[in-house]
Amino acid sequence: MADLETFRAETRAWLEANCPAEMRTPTEDEEDTVWGGRNPTFRNDAQRVWLERMGAKGWTAPEWPAAYGGGGLSRDEAKILAGEMRDLGCRSPLSSFGLWMLGPALLKYGSEEQKKKYLPPIVRGEIRWCQGYSEPGAGSDLASLQTRAEDRGDHFLVNGSKIWTSYADKADWIFCLVRTDPKAPKHEGISFLLFDMASPGVSTQPILLISGKSPFCQTFFDDVKVPKDQLVGIPNKGWEIAKYLLTHERNSISSMGGRAHRPVHEVAAAHVGLNDQGLLDDNLLRGQIARLEVDEIAFEFAMERAGDMAKRGEIHGAYSSLLKYYGSELNKRRHETLMASGGSDALEWESDRSEHGAAPRAWLRTKANSIEGGTSEVQLNILAKRILELPGA
Amino acid sequence: MALVLNDEQTMLRDTARSFLASEAPVAALRQLRDANVADGFSRELWKQFAGMGFAGVLIPEDFGGVGLGHVEAGVVAEEIGRNLAATPFLSTAVLTASALLNGGSDAQKAAWLPKIAGGEIIGALAVDEGAKHRPEKTALQATRTGNGFTLNGAKTFVVDGHVADLLVVAARTSGQPGETQGLTLFLVAGDAGGVSRERTVMVDAHNAARVNFDNVQVDADAALGPVDGGYELLERVLNVGRAVLAAELSGVGGQAFDIAQAYVKERSQFGRIIGEFQALQHRSAHLFSELEVTRAAVIKALQTLDASPEKAATIVAVAKARAGASTELAVQEGVQMHGGNGMTDAFDIGLYMKRARVAQELLGDSNFHADRLARANGY
Repeated sequence: MADLETFRAETRAWLEANCPAEMRTPTEDEEDTVWGGRNPTFRNDAQRVWLERMGAKGWTAPEWPAAYGGGGLSRDEAKILAGEMRDLGCRSPLSSFGLWMLGPALLKYGSEEQKKKYLPPIVRGEIRWCQGYSEPGAGSDLASLQTRAEDRGDHFLVNGSKIWTSYADKADWIFCLVRTDPKAPKHEGISFLLFDMASPGVSTQPILLISGKSPFCQTFFDDVKVPKDQLVGIPNKGWEIAKYLLTHERNSISSMGGRAHRPVHEVAAAHVGLNDQGLLDDNLLRGQIARLEVDEIAFEFAMERAGDMAKRGEIHGAYSSLLKYYGSELNKRRHETLMASGGSDALEWESDRSEHGAAPRAWLRTKANSIEGGTSEVQLNILAKRILELPGA
Repeated sequence: MALVLNDEQTMLRDTARSFLASEAPVAALRQLRDANVADGFSRELWKQFAGMGFAGVLIPEDFGGVGLGHVEAGVVAEEIGRNLAATPFLSTAVLTASALLNGGSDAQKAAWLPKIAGGEIIGALAVDEGAKHRPEKTALQATRTGNGFTLNGAKTFVVDGHVADLLVVAARTSGQPGETQGLTLFLVAGDAGGVSRERTVMVDAHNAARVNFDNVQVDADAALGPVDGGYELLERVLNVGRAVLAAELSGVGGQAFDIAQAYVKERSQFGRIIGEFQALQHRSAHLFSELEVTRAAVIKALQTLDASPEKAATIVAVAKARAGASTELAVQEGVQMHGGNGMTDAFDIGLYMKRARVAQELLGDSNFHADRLARANGY
C-alpha cells in the first residue's frame, strides 16, 4: 500500500507538470478528440504535446506490457492513474480503435512479431486503425459476412465490401474479418486480417448520417493484395478473435455511459438557470437529471467492479454485453436529457454560437450506440442465453 | 480497493447465507405474521445472531463486539434481505450501535455497546415525524429543565420501537423545523415515564411503531453527542443505516429475481416453457443489468464508509436511490412473471414486494436520495 501511495504522489506530480491546462477541460464534441495517425490533426498544440508525453510514458495504454510500448502498470496502479486524471480533469490523450479493440486482440492472439510491429505505434498514436466488421448484408448477423480472401500462395486476394467502417476515410490500417473458406459453416471459415488502407484496390465512401456528419463509410476492396504474415491467429479460426475483440468494443462503447463529460446539470444550469433557492428552475427536469446522474455514477462503479471481477477471474464471459447494453442506453438517455436541458439553444444547427450544432449532432450520433457493436436486443439475447441460461434463447 | 468481497468477507457471506437460510427462512416470517407474535421477531434467533457475532458486527472487540466494518454489516444485511428475516439487526446492531460509536461518551459506550453485541437489548432510532423521511424537519421538542431536558412530541416509523429497551431520539433543542442547526440526539429508556408506544403492524409484517413523548424527563447526560449540533452525527448514523439497508434491498431484489427466474424456467403455457419467450427474456436480462449496477453502487458505498466516511454521503445517496428503484423493479417484474400465482399469499414473491416497498420508504426513498445528490452537486 505504501508503494501505491508513492505511485499516487509521483503520478499526480507528473500529471500536474505535464498535462497542459487546455487538456484539463472537458472535450466539447467528438471532433475535439485526438485520433492520431500518419497525418494527425490537432486543434491546438496542447493536444499534440499531451499525446506525445503520454505516449512516451506508455500511459495511453497503461496496462499493456512495457515491451510493446505500454505503461506496464498493475491494475491498482492503472486505477490510481485514472483516478488522478479524473481528479485533475485531464482528458484522455488519444481516442483509438487500436487501443480499445485491436490491441487487446493482438495481445491475446497475435504473434510476437505482430505485437512488436503493431502495438507500439498504437500506443504513440502513430497509426490510426479502423474496423472492417459489418457488411451491407451482415449486421446483427455478423457471421454471415461475405468479403472473401483467396489464398494466392504468397498473399491473400481480398474482394468485397464493409459498411459502418468508422473513419475509414481517415484511417491508415484496417483490421478486417474475411471469409477464407466459403464452404465451411458460417462461423468456421472466417479469418482476421490486417492491411494498409493505402493498398491498391481499397476505396472508401463516406455515408451521410442524420447528424449531418459522416463518421462512417462504406469501404470497398477490389483485388486487394494482403501479405500472408498479416493474418492474425489461425486461418479460418478468426471468429474467436472477432468475438473477443467485440467484448472490447462493447466495453469501449459502454464507457460512454460514465461521467467523462461535462455534467448534465451544469449544462442545464447554464441554459435553464437556478431559482432563488439555488435549485434548477425546472422541477421536473431537475428530477430527471438527478435520476440520470444517480445512474451514471452507479454505472461507473459497475464498470470498475467488472474490471475488478475480471482481474480475479470471477467474471462471466458475457458480462461485457451487460455493460454495453447499459452504457449505451445510458448515453442515449444522457443526450436526451442534455437536449431537454439546452432547450431551444440546443436546437441550433449551424451557428458559431452553437459550435455548428454540436449538441444536436452529438445527440443524434448517440442513437447509434445501441446499434453498433451489437444492438441492445442482441446484447439482451446474449445475457438471457449465456448468463441467465433461459431456455431456447 | 477492489469492488468485490475479499476472502474473509466471502466466508462471512457463506456463513450468513447458510445460517439465515436454515434458521430464518421466509417460512419463519410467515409464522411470526400468522401467529401475530407481539414482539414481531424471535428473541431466540436474535440470541443466535449475537452468538454468530452479527449483533456486534460493527462494535469493537473492547466493547464485546467482533470489530468488523460496514462491508461486513452489508454482507449480513443482504442475506437478511434474501430471506426477508425479521430481526432487529438494522435498528440495533447498525443504527443504535453506530449512534453510540460515533456520538457516545466513554460511559455511554461502556453502558450499552456490550449489551448490544451480546444480544441483551434492543435499540431503536426515532427520527421520522411525518409520512416522508425528512430529518431536518424534526420538531419534537427537548426543553432544558432542571438538570436535564423534557421531551414532548411524537415519532413514527420507528423500526422496533415498541420492543426497544433503548431509544435514540432526534429532538429539537433550538431553531425551527427545517433547520439543520438545533438538533440533539438523546438516549431514552424504552419504558421511561411519559413514553407511550403503539406497534404499527406494517404491510411487510416487519416491525415499526409510533412513539409518543409526553413530558419525558431525561438527565443532561442522556444527550448523545453535541447539544444543538446533532445533525451531523445524525446524518452519519443515517448514512450507515441507508447503506446497510441498500444492501438488504439488494438481497431482496436479488432473491426476488432468482425466484422469478426459477419460475419462468419451470412454468409451461402454449406448450412451451414461458422462459423461452423473448418478451420475458429481454425483461429478465434488463432487470439483471439493473440489479448488477446497483450491486456495484452498494459495495462502493459500504467500502467508502469503511475507508473514508467523510466522502460517503453522496455515494450512499446513489446506493440507496439505486437499491430502492431496482428492487422495486425486481419485485414488480417478479409478481408479473408469476402471473396469477404472483397474486396469491401462497407464493413468496408477494412478500418480497411488500418488504421492498417498506425498505424503499425507510431512511429516504429513491427520490429523496436523488434530491440529495442534486443538492450536493449544486442544483
